[in-house]
Amino acid sequence: MPALCQDCLTPFENGTRCPACRSPRIVSHPELFDLTIAHMDCDAFYASVEKRDDPSLIDKPVIIGSRRRGVVSTACYIARIRGVKSAMPMFKALKLCPDAVVIRGRMDEYVATSRRIRALMEELTPMIEPLSLDEAFLDLSGTQNLHGAPPAIMMAHLVKRMRDEIGISGSIGLSHNKFLAKVASDLDKPRGFSVIGKAETAAFLNDKPVRMIWGVGQATQASLNKAGIHTFNDLLRWERVDLSNRFGSMGDRLWHLARGQDYRRVSNNAPIKSISKETTFNEDTASVDILDGHLWRLAEQVADRAKARNLAGRVVTLKLKRANHTLVSRRLSLRDATQLADTIYTTTRGLFDGVGNQGPYRLIGVGIADLIPEEKGDLSADLLDSNAKTRSKTERATDIIRNKFGKDAILKGRALR
Amino acid sequence: MKLSIERSALLKAISQAQSVVERRNTIPILANVLIEAEGDTAHFRATDLDIEVVDKATAVVERAGATTVSAVTLHEIVRKLPDGALVNLIDDGATGRLAVEAGRSKFSLATLPKEDFPVMASSEYASNFSIAAPALRRLFDKSKFAISTEETRYYLNGVYMHVSDADGGQVLRCVATDGHRLARIDTDLPDGASAMPGVIVPRKTVNELAKLLNDDDLKIAVSVSETKVRFATPDVTLTSKVIDGTFPDYTRVIPQGNTRKLEVDASEFAKAVDRVATVSSERSRAVKLTLDEDRLILSVNAPDAGAAEEELAVAYGDESLEIGFNAKYLLEIASQVDRENAVFMFNSSGDPTLMREGNDTSAIYVVMPMRV
Repeated sequence: MPALCQDCLTPFENGTRCPACRSPRIVSHPELFDLTIAHMDCDAFYASVEKRDDPSLIDKPVIIGSRRRGVVSTACYIARIRGVKSAMPMFKALKLCPDAVVIRGRMDEYVATSRRIRALMEELTPMIEPLSLDEAFLDLSGTQNLHGAPPAIMMAHLVKRMRDEIGISGSIGLSHNKFLAKVASDLDKPRGFSVIGKAETAAFLNDKPVRMIWGVGQATQASLNKAGIHTFNDLLRWERVDLSNRFGSMGDRLWHLARGQDYRRVSNNAPIKSISKETTFNEDTASVDILDGHLWRLAEQVADRAKARNLAGRVVTLKLKRANHTLVSRRLSLRDATQLADTIYTTTRGLFDGVGNQGPYRLIGVGIADLIPEEKGDLSADLLDSNAKTRSKTERATDIIRNKFGKDAILKGRALR
Repeated sequence: MKLSIERSALLKAISQAQSVVERRNTIPILANVLIEAEGDTAHFRATDLDIEVVDKATAVVERAGATTVSAVTLHEIVRKLPDGALVNLIDDGATGRLAVEAGRSKFSLATLPKEDFPVMASSEYASNFSIAAPALRRLFDKSKFAISTEETRYYLNGVYMHVSDADGGQVLRCVATDGHRLARIDTDLPDGASAMPGVIVPRKTVNELAKLLNDDDLKIAVSVSETKVRFATPDVTLTSKVIDGTFPDYTRVIPQGNTRKLEVDASEFAKAVDRVATVSSERSRAVKLTLDEDRLILSVNAPDAGAAEEELAVAYGDESLEIGFNAKYLLEIASQVDRENAVFMFNSSGDPTLMREGNDTSAIYVVMPMRV
């Protein structure tokens, strides 16, 4: 059976250790060198970046998230052993793991690290579909002649370079479609390399739970369970039309997935649809002053992202969550798309005033959507707001200062509220 | 209640009522028109709680009374009846139905009690005056295109009608703006209007008002208070709440120091703008104006779609200038010009531009340029 050493990348036939370096970290599979669709998932990405940059954290449980309120965004593997999971409320996580080091997170650093990983992936193939900062699909079909090595070796090479050059470890799933590649990468974390071949697909899926499907959340799972569908085997018993009738477009997809079929292409041109930022408060607040400060800071963060990506948004959105978790959301279409914090702020402030104070609120969010290239935005100034032109010039000037000396180098007074 | 009325008189009265009624209603009676018959007239009253319209029509009233029925349904029925038909409206009170009879057609419509119909509270008007229909029509027709639809700036969702000082003394003035363009229209101040408080007349009221002003010989009675405005012809009374807000200080927006003057045939200009804008598929189509000695070049450059250029002979004697505008805004203001040449006054490519008709300052328009 074809096999590959994950440490020295030597391909070989049969054996439980690498014939070259004697490493036990090998991956062997009959279809190992024939499969071309890969999913790369970094291991506890945010926590790994923190541990890389602060070696004193290496043997400590690390949780990324806000200490007071909010949820765990990432937990390192030491914390995961204690039962901490992503999206778990922080107080619960700290009960399980009181000695955890909680870090708020440095998004800039994560983005920078992610970019470096992306650059390594781009050396392998142009067909990359990032799902988030720390995971991506890669389609390596037809690259064997170019690289002189099959996709499996190139992917093993990728994680090795990620470790050696960037200091981040990742897990690889290799299969014949996106769905199975993603499932595979999750099978053997961390530092895993899992393969699901064509021949074994049906047997592999058989008794697996349907919640394994990416996109099946709690709600879909509940409705599937109600229909008596718990495993892939249950799904196989359904006719295609019946699934479609009951679950709509999802039904047809389920029918294919049950057979291990997924015809979606790895596509690198999934455009960004919106940019948004939100904050959950440590304590619920109805204070217009405090909320206004948050509005400005969020508008500025959204504008920063839009400017970094050279985009402008035609729609501005405001989201508020009341203390009882009911959601209030408002949106406004602008005549002229914008990437300016000032315009985003004044627009959301108008929306906020329209909602009236129905607080206290626990969360506030600001976003832009309907994105277009920046050169087609901010084309004209507001006739009635004669200072707007000055403010937008000021914003462009402060951006230059902030880019040079750091985001907090120059602040608006209202950012301090 | 029992009355007979000529079909065309009924149709006219009911048309206005059904246009005031909101199509989607959570309060059922607001979909209805209140019909009141007494003496030799029938009144048709409809409201959306912000606007109330009362139409008066001559009818033969056999039995006085009042009831309410669906305005839209009654309008549809009357519309489909043959011209010249005599319509009988009979409400016997006991069945809760209104019988509508014309020739061999018979309808029976569900009614709601007249007591439930909300009648707009009457108001003390601070100012009452009379104005000729054409003058009032000009004030609103020429300004309404600039009304904003942006809900967060609700105080711009109407036309600001007020008394102002102009070169030749006091005028009655209407202003509308959406932050991109502005229209300011003046007319001679009617007698008795000088004490009028400034009010923002909502968009819907402006549209309803237009229907009252078709007859050039009519005098319109206007009454204004801080919270309401009323326009009345002998047959129709339109009462509306005004927008509760402060209209921004528009005078700061109107450029005073623009010196670069362009004079152009408005309809030629509008047609040329329309032609060159065709190539752009963008939502906000930008047209570039390149001005040189007696020459204007209109151009559109849409990298994905194509490019267009057109040259016009104009009167322009200042330094050359390049300035961009939203094509739609240019077209709208150019189409307001109906007698003379359009005169544009520019400053720079980033400053608001002023447009007027010849040397007439009783109607001026301001438009914000855009980057091209």
